[in-house]
Amino acid sequence: MSFPWAKQYQPKTGLTRWIDEKLPVPRLVYNAVGAGYPVPRNLNYFWNFGVLAGFCLMLQIITGVVLAMHYGANALVAFDSVEHIMRDVNWGWMLRYAHANGASFFFIVVYIHIFRGLFFSSYKAPREMIWLLGVVIFLLMMATAFMGYVLPWGQMSFWGAKVITGLFGAIPLVGEPLQIWLLGGFAPDNAALNRFFSLHFMLPFVIAGVVILHIWALHIPGSSNPTGVEVKTESDTVPFHPYYTAKDGFGLAVFLVLYTAFVFFLPNYLGHPDNYIPANPLSTPAHIVPEWYFWPFYAILRAFTQDFLFMPAKLMGVIAMFASILVWFFLPWLDKSPVRSGLYRPLFKKFFWFGLIPCMAVLFYCGGAPAEEPFVMLSQIAATYYFAHFLIILPIVSMIEKPKALPHSITEAVLGEKAGADDAVPLGASGDGAHRPATA
Amino acid sequence: MADATVEHSEPVTAKVEGDGENGVRRRDFIEIAAVSFGGVGALAVLYPLISQMAPSADVLAESSTEVDLSAIEPGQSIKAVFRKQPLFVRNLLPAEIAAAEAVDASSLRDPETLEDRTAEGHLNWLITMGVCTHLGCVPLGAGEGENKGEFGGYFCPCHGSHYDTAGRIRKGPAPLNLVVPEYEFTSDTTVVIG
Repeated sequence: MSFPWAKQYQPKTGLTRWIDEKLPVPRLVYNAVGAGYPVPRNLNYFWNFGVLAGFCLMLQIITGVVLAMHYGANALVAFDSVEHIMRDVNWGWMLRYAHANGASFFFIVVYIHIFRGLFFSSYKAPREMIWLLGVVIFLLMMATAFMGYVLPWGQMSFWGAKVITGLFGAIPLVGEPLQIWLLGGFAPDNAALNRFFSLHFMLPFVIAGVVILHIWALHIPGSSNPTGVEVKTESDTVPFHPYYTAKDGFGLAVFLVLYTAFVFFLPNYLGHPDNYIPANPLSTPAHIVPEWYFWPFYAILRAFTQDFLFMPAKLMGVIAMFASILVWFFLPWLDKSPVRSGLYRPLFKKFFWFGLIPCMAVLFYCGGAPAEEPFVMLSQIAATYYFAHFLIILPIVSMIEKPKALPHSITEAVLGEKAGADDAVPLGASGDGAHRPATA
Repeated sequence: MADATVEHSEPVTAKVEGDGENGVRRRDFIEIAAVSFGGVGALAVLYPLISQMAPSADVLAESSTEVDLSAIEPGQSIKAVFRKQPLFVRNLLPAEIAAAEAVDASSLRDPETLEDRTAEGHLNWLITMGVCTHLGCVPLGAGEGENKGEFGGYFCPCHGSHYDTAGRIRKGPAPLNLVVPEYEFTSDTTVVIG
């Protein structure tokens, strides 16, 4: 694991030596996120988002465990217990807003993390397993977020639970019994709320487990980088600590500025006012949409309006929605280009910025818009492009495109071609973090 | 690791641009400032996480109880609820007051007189928590026909603590007299506890 020049953990005191012999947890941390993990020296700020996602997971678990101390998972008291948290519990308002907005910011961070992976082809060999585990984490996050949104037992909670479990009702033959089994009733009620709470509490720990596997898988080939050229020599890398702990610390501070701005000044901006109305099984809100982070997938679901042969529209929508994420599992094998980074792939880059990104933006907008024209047609066009991008355009582009010349090494990409062997140590990398003027 | 490299690069850093006086490097200052700032922030976050476990506003709102004394005949006691715990309110008979005052307080395990344990001018109103000071059981004696113990006050059946007519511990394992909560007479017949 890792490179031969990786620094080795050296316990300095008798106690740390004793611990290192018995249970080398400090060594594990040192090798994972300490000076023992050599990282490409040329990572840009898009490489901050993995650490930020880990921070968001911790934030959600801590605030969530605290909220669970005050929440009542019973349809009779759930809504009131949330108001109790907002009004009576010390700092309850802050903890709840931190958790609700924390979910949104977790998704913002993860979406940037995913699109970083898509642009720089982080899913390619030898990093396929990292990508596959990442998609698993994303699916678990979606399930967790959905069930969390049901817990306040407001109007959007109730109707969200009804609509999303209704997706399973689209499955032929077993659909309806399956939906009734999932809900433990014929409509969302106490049984559903209670099991959603139980699973919402448990799944984040499953996510944490898969995150550990994700990081483990990452540490075998080491981090990718913006050039996509693999690390060749020691001069291509710097130790994670202090170089990237400092950079991630800065990124975290910027993230916290934006996050706390929402928590304290726009706490309900990303939510729906209807969720402050207690759940009413007899009245559906006029405009029912999921949380913003599900909008692109919701747009794909709603894009199917016509039955086709023996396939009802409802079933096709459900299949397409799940397929839109499942297709990510096949990316490492759909994209055949030997070049990783989008920076060196002119055609791929065009389709990424002028195809995939606008298509996601349209799907995002249409998913939050009412189910009427022109949004339905726009969703249909964008959904078609979405699947075409991954299943047709990406494989073809990867075969016909002529990539730009890659730098011979990361060091060359950073220092330019004149970089000689005597410039082996990265600029300013003196080990103690002291900055020295360039002497080239 | 860090120590070793710092030692080895010390002579170089002495000439580095941006070095302050007395060998204090700008980088050291930034590092210490950034980590301290982060540490203060982390502590600030810790405060609400700890504070949320303290009693919430609705619990605190129920922390005082009003008791109407008008229906309690001399010699009678009632059980009320104060902060989710039993509260004994007892209208003492003249004989019970006399029995309590006949005892030399300094000879008791927890020396207090009846005057110490009642409000001024309301010597007959004995208001105590109904919680044995031994291990928290509810003593008998406040209900009709219950065992009042050897001293005519309260008797805790769990471990046999006997309290007298001033609610003072007289026999058994309890260390202290029944607790007298803070209270105030708002009129002759109403008292607000807490």
